[in-house]
Amino acid sequence: MAITKADIAEHLFSSLGLNKREAKEVVELFFEEIRQALESGEMVKLSGFGNFMLRDKCERPGRNPKTGKEVPVTARRVVTFRAGQKLKSRVEKYAGNESQEDQDT
Amino acid sequence: MVKSQLANKISDKLPHLPMKAIEMCVHETIDLLSDALSAGRRIEIRGFGSLKLNFRAPRNAHNPKTGEKVATIAKYTPAFKPGKDLRDRVNAQYGQPMIAETLDD
Repeated sequence: MAITKADIAEHLFSSLGLNKREAKEVVELFFEEIRQALESGEMVKLSGFGNFMLRDKCERPGRNPKTGKEVPVTARRVVTFRAGQKLKSRVEKYAGNESQEDQDT
Repeated sequence: MVKSQLANKISDKLPHLPMKAIEMCVHETIDLLSDALSAGRRIEIRGFGSLKLNFRAPRNAHNPKTGEKVATIAKYTPAFKPGKDLRDRVNAQYGQPMIAETLDD
């Protein structure tokens, strides 16, 4: 099962002794503040985890995969995530099997 | 925005909680997310996005400088997919200025 905000709040509740409502508020704000920073054009760098970066992309030709018809992909701003060195090296060592991961997606 | 600024922003909105507790929450949350990914678990935050591992198959590569052949090992890398709310809010700011560097608070 995927980790959700409820799991994070539960973790903060049991490990830091916040009450459940406070833990929920903090988790909610954690993601909302990151969103607001990105929305205002500010990149977010969480050391030990990774960076949420912004990119402006020009319009480019695309295709409707269903009909094969050419449609332009409009210019847009996107968020990209670059994992930090620490997270990358931790994750590399994961040896679980891929099919198991796919099942819960 | 960096980790400490994220904690400050959360603290501004939750003045009844001690700053120290919020800093610990931010720290614990990032730790939990890293632990989850390192254990091959998927993270799913509604409106924000999801993080999961992508498999990288082993391949024959070479060092572009020396031309020497090297085989890479199979590994996993973290991948982020923005959720609808984040995607739309960020995209609405296309062409607006971006802030790559951290602003001092």
